[in-house]
Amino acid sequence: MSFLDLKNVTKIYPNGTKAVHETSLSIDEGEFMVFVGPSGCGKSTLLRMVAGLEDITEGDISLDGKLINQVDPSERDVAMVFQNYALYPHMNVYNNLAYGLKNRGIDKETIEQKVNDAAKLLQISDFLQRKPSMLSGGQRQRVAMGRAIVRNPKIFLFDEPLSNLDAKLRIQMRLEIKKLQQKVGVTSIFVTHDQVEAMTLADRLAVINNGIIEQLGTPIEIYDNPKSLFVAGFIGSPQMNFLDGNIKNKTLSAEGFEIKDIQSDFNGDVILGIRPEHLSQTENGLINLKVDLVEQLGSDNLVYGQLKDKKDFCYRCPGNQTIEKGSNLSLNIENNKYYIFDKSTGKRVN
Amino acid sequence: MKIKPLQILAHIILILGVLLMVVPIWISFASSTHDTVTILTEGMKFNIGEYFSRNYNEVLNEKGGWSEEVTAAKMFINSFIMALGIATLKVTISAMSAYALVYYRFKLAVPIFWLIFITLLVPLEVRIFPTYKIVSDLGLTNSYTGLILPLVASATATFFFRQFYRTIPDELLESAKLDGANSWRFFIDFLVPLSKTMIAAMFIFMFVYGYSQYLWPLIMTTSEKYWTVVMGMKIIFTESYEGVALPRTAERFAYIILSMLPPVLVVVILQKWFIKGLIQTEK
Ligand SMILES: Nc1ncnc2c1ncn2[C@@H]1O[C@H](COP(=O)(O)OP(=O)(O)O)[C@@H](O)[C@H]1O
Ligand SMILES: [Mg+2]
Repeated sequence: MSFLDLKNVTKIYPNGTKAVHETSLSIDEGEFMVFVGPSGCGKSTLLRMVAGLEDITEGDISLDGKLINQVDPSERDVAMVFQNYALYPHMNVYNNLAYGLKNRGIDKETIEQKVNDAAKLLQISDFLQRKPSMLSGGQRQRVAMGRAIVRNPKIFLFDEPLSNLDAKLRIQMRLEIKKLQQKVGVTSIFVTHDQVEAMTLADRLAVINNGIIEQLGTPIEIYDNPKSLFVAGFIGSPQMNFLDGNIKNKTLSAEGFEIKDIQSDFNGDVILGIRPEHLSQTENGLINLKVDLVEQLGSDNLVYGQLKDKKDFCYRCPGNQTIEKGSNLSLNIENNKYYIFDKSTGKRVN
Repeated sequence: MKIKPLQILAHIILILGVLLMVVPIWISFASSTHDTVTILTEGMKFNIGEYFSRNYNEVLNEKGGWSEEVTAAKMFINSFIMALGIATLKVTISAMSAYALVYYRFKLAVPIFWLIFITLLVPLEVRIFPTYKIVSDLGLTNSYTGLILPLVASATATFFFRQFYRTIPDELLESAKLDGANSWRFFIDFLVPLSKTMIAAMFIFMFVYGYSQYLWPLIMTTSEKYWTVVMGMKIIFTESYEGVALPRTAERFAYIILSMLPPVLVVVILQKWFIKGLIQTEK
């Protein structure tokens, strides 16, 4: 049995919304798990059930070997960082950190020690006497983290804690959270709708869609081997290109080109997925791209254009190649890195 | 800095407002330092007279009433106790009932809230006879409990607290829960400090309400020991002159000035709290 176990967990809200469907998931001690998915897919609901802030409609959740379905959130020994931080506005930073410890009847000196240690770790020692309203976004973020860390809980829960920060700070805090988690070693679940955040933070990640875990795995597994159209489209930036096609006897025909001897026995309508970074320029390549627009990022160029059938398409090439607007490129798929999905079910078939 | 005509106009309006508030009080005070005869013959006064200490001494120490049992000082104390009791209980009870209505999402919360709200339509004056019956059946006439108890429920304050609590983000409660706070702790450690301003404002408001009660104390007190300021204003300092009851106007002015002190005191004490809360937005 692993550290946190979800078994067939379902959540139906009183108004009838089915937010989570029969989800099962195991998280090991010390693991950094990320739930990623579009807004409204049920990630927060799942997290809040672990915290005890939402009732579990069906299924079981156990933490550290104990069934916690009926355990009150205050008794679960979990800590949560909220999107808006939910700092206590009338208490100074010190008391924000100390409050949870006081409620657990810990003596004053131990509290002081713990708060000071946590403050040092998060570099907020200088602000201990300030009220949250006198802190910057990044500092508030740290206080929220401190409040979680200081209690030394069994599990950290993060609900999109970085989405209120500006882009630069977000990247910085992302890094800090990862470092901190590695240092403290607490089992963590992190919820986000940002796939870059998910990829960079996760030991393992769960891609959630419509209340179902579509795929579970390490970031690289999921990037290399998406099991469904949804996962393929959600993970990776810029997004994977999708083209309509049809398979007959191991031959895939798409608009304008064919791929022979594919690794699939599937016959019928499919969607072909190709990542922009898995293409290279050759003579007489499979795909002809008419360039509309080039975004130069320095390290890379993102080339946007259209195929013969006016379908939008993106190609990513090293930044040192110069590509003219309006030119025609001939592209090949590198190392047969393409993905084929059943058009009706969205399931991967190669 | 150049002064714009609009600013001058604004100041004129403000000064007029201040005069409107201050002049009547000044006239009352100035008149309270004269002789009744002077006021009756010459009208109200703007200047300070010579009878300050005599008039105020009489007001505080002279026994009045039908049976000459009560002094004005005693009535101030009675009113102060009554107002303090009403304000304290009103604020406590409304804050707690609003807490129940907002945070315990039981099915009847909304109907119950509206039921409470409807009681605004039946103030004490409307239900005074049934109230009197109950209070007298409980044997509470001529007691502070009897003066205070029928007035302690407040729909207005419940409404304001409810509206305020609803603006507090849910995450605060959730976060507190995860930090091990039970319902009672959340109320004491969060809602009370966060609604400090509100509590101060409500307290002032309710204190003045309690202090200026007239009909209820008039009906439920038969013993002069429980007379209140507003009742006394009509009754004491009356002199019989050739069979006609004549008011002792100068003493009455002194009485009015003194009767304003307790509410003013409450405002002065609480306004610091009140203004501090207004300046620091802590949400
Ligand atoms: N308290 C609630 N009552 C009813 N429906 C809710 C409630 N909270 C969330 N939902 C619904 O449940 C679904 C999942 O919500 P949520 O878990 O918040 O999604 P996410 O965090 O992935 O954006 C959404 O369709 C949302 O509208
Ligand atoms: Mg969410």
